[in-house]
Amino acid sequence: MSAYFEDYITVAGFGLFGLVLVVSILGMTFMLRPSNPTYEKLLTYECGVDPVGDGWSQTFVRYYVFGLLFVLFDIEAVFLFPWAIIAEDLGVPGLVAITIFILTLLEGLLYAIRKGVLQWE
Amino acid sequence: MTLAIVFWAELAIKIGIIAVAVPAIGMVLGFAEMKLSAHMQSRIGPYFAGGRFGWMQLMADGLKFMQKEDIIPADADRPVFRWAPALPLIGTMALLVIIPISAAEFGIIQDLEVGIFYALAISSLSTIGVLMAGWSSANKYSLMGGLRAAGQLIAYELPLVLAVVGVVIQAGTMSMQGIVEAQTAQAWPYVVTQFLGFAIFFVAALAELNRIPFDMPIAESELVMGYVTEYSGFRFLFFFLAEYVNMFTMSAIAVTLFLGGYWFWGIPTDSALLGVIVLLAKSFVLVFIMIWFRWTFPRFREDQLQTLAWKWLIPLAVLNVIATGAFKVLL
Repeated sequence: MSAYFEDYITVAGFGLFGLVLVVSILGMTFMLRPSNPTYEKLLTYECGVDPVGDGWSQTFVRYYVFGLLFVLFDIEAVFLFPWAIIAEDLGVPGLVAITIFILTLLEGLLYAIRKGVLQWE
Repeated sequence: MTLAIVFWAELAIKIGIIAVAVPAIGMVLGFAEMKLSAHMQSRIGPYFAGGRFGWMQLMADGLKFMQKEDIIPADADRPVFRWAPALPLIGTMALLVIIPISAAEFGIIQDLEVGIFYALAISSLSTIGVLMAGWSSANKYSLMGGLRAAGQLIAYELPLVLAVVGVVIQAGTMSMQGIVEAQTAQAWPYVVTQFLGFAIFFVAALAELNRIPFDMPIAESELVMGYVTEYSGFRFLFFFLAEYVNMFTMSAIAVTLFLGGYWFWGIPTDSALLGVIVLLAKSFVLVFIMIWFRWTFPRFREDQLQTLAWKWLIPLAVLNVIATGAFKVLL
C-alpha cells in the first residue's frame, strides 16, 4: 500500500469513526430515553403560541450575489495556493503575473462595492 | 504484508486516542467556559457536582441529556433533521487528524501533503450540517439561523483561506508538519511577519465558529436558539460538542500556522509528550481569548458582519498575500 493511500485511508477512517460515534451514542440514548410523542410536543416551536402559517415559508435569500462573489474568490484562492508553494522558484515573472491576476479580481470586488451590490438597504 | 498490519494497528490506536480526546476536550472547554464566564460576571458557576469546583458538572449534564426525549417535530423533514447533527461531528473528527503534535515519528497525526488546504475544505462541512438543521426543522427561527450561518460561512471562508496563503508562501509548503518545521528552523513563529494574517485568520475563525461577536446564527435574543431551536436530547448536544471541539481545533490550527505549533524556545521538539503540552498550552490561550471575547463584545448586526468581511478583511488579506509574495521573491 502506497503512502498516498495510507494518508487518505487514515482520514477516511477518522470520518467513519465520527459516524460510528454518532450512531453508537444515539443508539445508547435510544435505550435510555423515554418516547411519548404528543400532538403539542410535535408542534413547531414558536415561543409557546400556536405556529402562524407554514414553517416551509418562502424566504428572501439575500446572499445570492455574495454567493457569486464567493465562488469567484474561492477559485482565486485555489489558484493562489499552487503559486504560493513555488513562489520563490517562479521569481519576479510569477509575482508580476499573480499580482495582475489578484488585482483584476480585486477590481471586480471594488466594482461590486461601487455598484452598491454589497449594500443591505 | 507486515507493513499493512502495522498501518492498521496504528490507525486503530490513533482512533482510540481521538475517541478519548474528543469528549475530553469538549468537556474541558465546556467547563472552562462555564467557570470563566461565571468569574467574569462575579458568579461562582458550577459548584456542587463532583465535590470541589463542580468539575463533574458536564458529565452530569451529559447523563441528563442521554435521558431526554428525542423530539422530532411533525413538520420536519425527518431524515435530514436526524442526520444534520452528525455532520459537524464528522467534520471535527476529520479535522483533528492533521494537527501536528510533535516532530517524533509516532504522533497521533497524519501529515498530509495538502494539509492546510484539506483543513480549510473540511472545516466548512459543519456549516452544511447547520444549514441542513435549519432547513429541515420547518421552523422560521431555525431557517433564519441556518441561512445566517450560510451567509456567514460565505463571507468569512475567504479571509480565512487568503490569510493562510501568506503562511504558505513563507513556508513553501502546505503540509502542517512542514509549516511547523519551517518555523522551528528560523526559530521565530510566523506571527512576527504575518501579524496581519494572524489577526484576519483569528477574526474569520471566530466567525466560522459562530462565536460571539459573530453568533448571529444562534442569537438567543433574536432567534430563540437559531438552527437548534427544534432539537432536543443528544442531537442538541452534538452541535455543542462539535462547537467546543472545533473551538479547540481552530485554535490548534491557528497555533500551528502562526504561533509555531509544538515548537517553543528551549523545548526539544522531538518529544511527543512535550510537544502535546506546548501545543495544548498555546491553543488554550487562544481558546481563553475566545471566551474572553464573549463577555467583552456585543453581537454584530448581520449587515455589519458582511461589511467587515467584504470591505475590510478580504481586501486586506489579498494585499497581505501580494506583500508577502513580494518580500519572499525580492528579498
